[in-house]
Amino acid sequence: MKLFRFRGGVHPEGRKESAALPIIKMPLPKRLRVPMQQHIGAPAEPVVRVGQYVLKGQLLGSAVGAISAPVHAPTSGTVVEMGMLPAPHPSGLPTFCIVIEPDGKDQWEEFPVPRDPQEMPSEIIAERVAAAGVVGLGGATFPSAVKLGAANSRHIHTIIINGGECEPYLTCDDRLMRERADEVIDGVRIILHAMRWGRAVIAIEDNKPEAIAAMTAAARGYGNIEVAVVPARYPAGSEKQLIVNVTGREVPAGALPASIGVLMHNVGTAYAIHQAIRYGRPLVSRIVTVAGDAMREPRNVEVPIGTLVSDLLEFCGIREEPARLLMGGPMMGMSLSHADVPVIKGTSGVLAMARHEVTTSETTPCVRCGRCVSACPAGLVPLEMAARARHDDMKGAEEWGVMECIACGSCSYVCPSHIPLVQYFNYSKGKIALERERTRKNNETRQLIEARRVRVEREEAEKKARAAEKARARAAAKQAAAQQTEEVTP
Amino acid sequence: MTVPVTSPHIHAPLSVQRMMIDVMVALLPATAYGVWLFGWPAFNLLVLCLATALASEAAALTIAGKPITRPLTDGSAALTGWLLALSLPPWAPWWIAVMGSAFAIIVGKHLFGGIGQNIFNPAMLARVALLISFPVELTFWVAPHPLNSPTSPGFVESLGITFMGVSNPDAISGATLLGHVKTELGRGVEFAQALPDYYSFSAIGLGNISGSLGETSALLLLLGGVYLLARRIISWHIPATMLATLALLAGVMHEINPARFADPLYHLLSGGVMLGAFFIATDLVTSPGTSRGQLIYGAAIGFLVYVIRTFGGYPEGVAFAVLFMNAMTPLIDHYLRPRIYGRDRSGKPLAYTHEERRQ
Repeated sequence: MKLFRFRGGVHPEGRKESAALPIIKMPLPKRLRVPMQQHIGAPAEPVVRVGQYVLKGQLLGSAVGAISAPVHAPTSGTVVEMGMLPAPHPSGLPTFCIVIEPDGKDQWEEFPVPRDPQEMPSEIIAERVAAAGVVGLGGATFPSAVKLGAANSRHIHTIIINGGECEPYLTCDDRLMRERADEVIDGVRIILHAMRWGRAVIAIEDNKPEAIAAMTAAARGYGNIEVAVVPARYPAGSEKQLIVNVTGREVPAGALPASIGVLMHNVGTAYAIHQAIRYGRPLVSRIVTVAGDAMREPRNVEVPIGTLVSDLLEFCGIREEPARLLMGGPMMGMSLSHADVPVIKGTSGVLAMARHEVTTSETTPCVRCGRCVSACPAGLVPLEMAARARHDDMKGAEEWGVMECIACGSCSYVCPSHIPLVQYFNYSKGKIALERERTRKNNETRQLIEARRVRVEREEAEKKARAAEKARARAAAKQAAAQQTEEVTP
Repeated sequence: MTVPVTSPHIHAPLSVQRMMIDVMVALLPATAYGVWLFGWPAFNLLVLCLATALASEAAALTIAGKPITRPLTDGSAALTGWLLALSLPPWAPWWIAVMGSAFAIIVGKHLFGGIGQNIFNPAMLARVALLISFPVELTFWVAPHPLNSPTSPGFVESLGITFMGVSNPDAISGATLLGHVKTELGRGVEFAQALPDYYSFSAIGLGNISGSLGETSALLLLLGGVYLLARRIISWHIPATMLATLALLAGVMHEINPARFADPLYHLLSGGVMLGAFFIATDLVTSPGTSRGQLIYGAAIGFLVYVIRTFGGYPEGVAFAVLFMNAMTPLIDHYLRPRIYGRDRSGKPLAYTHEERRQ
């Protein structure tokens, strides 16, 4: 198929040694800590109590509101603690978690399983995906059922299945595609069925020939599923960039991919959907790449959600105290201040980076070399935005398009002055969003005050009118009475 | 355990210092050739420029109360001094080197706020300031005196030339190629006759002629330029458009009137064009940041070089052309922004037709 090119991007060293290693299963740790907030949207609301025995896959927290996802027990065992505990969150603040002590039986709850998903009504598929707590496993953790549902009403013609995995080090999607290609394709077919029509394009970077071969073989025989091999260039796995790669179209500013008929799911999400529909199994585990030179060797591990990073590191064998501990990839991942946090649905990797792997260079003044401009896949001018953000000129930063930044880190990666550009932009975005929210609230308040003023005025006027009316009526009555008297007394 | 930091957590093996070192490596062949060609006085000039540039940088940083070691070792100040030396007459006296380098660093760079803040290329600013202030010294051109030739002054003798203004009895001075041809054309001589006897493509290509210290060898400068392109320190946009515009204009004019206007190769290989195209116009700080901006910037410099050389008062115009376009750079950067993803050039969100959306 014809492919297109997106603007900018960088070529970081792949460091995908773990691609050669098969997925191994993590044995059950002593305790599992399951946060209620593992997705974009409202946190789940707990439905169990301390001391309760739960089966694997049993509901721990139910979804709240339109954009949310339920959370399930990753194994059978007893709820031993509930409360605010450390969990991966950009704020670094504790979130509400449920702690389970496994009983070692790992016994599943019984779920109804359909004979043939292809005969299920598509609304039911979306419902079951929602109930299984499936979220985007590429890292965004957006509830998948919302996409399946919303798309039904629109003209989706292309489902892009994201097997890009452009982040260095990470190979969990690569291994999944190699080892469980049939299951992933089954998940893709279920998605296609839920969407009723259209085609699916599985996009894989050209540095994963085995995954490409496996997926191509598994997709054979399905006319509406094809594999597209995209050039390996970071951030090819980013939604907006991959859409350009495959369709040649850009998602218009401020709109969703669905507005141009495109929908994207990660390969891991397709697999999770397959599990949810075929076996009725909620999302309670995921494949995590554990790598970095502070590890004895890299690994791909299937980990129960809620496993503590410290347990995972111990299981995989850590060599030295990492200079930096990351959750996710090295380009967009979050740095963890300690390993006492659980693996969550969006955890694609845990990287224990040795000193020589991470940048610690001092920042020097910008020399306007323009490398950030050529690297930016969003078409922005990072050096100009940074110059303004640095002086707290949010208006200027916004004019230069800071809100369109996708935080991919390409600019910071190439900056010869080692300026923490992404940090400037995240700060600016947060500040501008706050300002917008404030303006919105002010406007709302102003509107309410205005509405009240109008109402009060109207009521005053009505009161006056009524009073005048009454007075008139009284006067008329008086006059009539007077006339009558006149008539009566000639 | 570890301190949380923002992504990305890895970095390309790149720093300002590495880039500056690469530029110096690229300058080495042409510089070594220039020093060999013009002897010890040229060596003195180079050393004085480098030393003064570094000393001025240290002084300016101290006065501004900024840290000194790191900026001093990033190579930018040394490179400024180096480039200035290459653009000066090779036997220029010591005070030209010292005044020029100090002016470049203190006025050209630090008065604007230091590295990254200057509008004009410091070396070119200094060169033009010197040319206007000291036209005699700046147009004293010696003929080549290669180190291994009998007429080349010895080291002790060279100190006399550089510091005492002793005139060397063996030194043969003469006009540069551009200067000579301009004078001849001005007298009404036809271009083909105006060319000096030594003129040949190999002579001006290799650079065995009189001229600025590091500008004579077009081939060695081109070699350095190719190295910079290969190392991705510079992109092709500025040198390609600058050289192409100059060649195109020269070609058209030469075609129209070969007697009055010089041919393209003459323009490309002579004077400061090669040094300018690969090392001066591509200065990171003072050139546009976007590729579209660089195309316009490069083309405009090529155009200005031709216009100044052909119709202006000076035989050479690279420094003026670069400075003029330096001044235009903020304007170019303001108007020629890249197109933002999902928006058209005017900044409005993209709008697809119904049919396009369905494909």
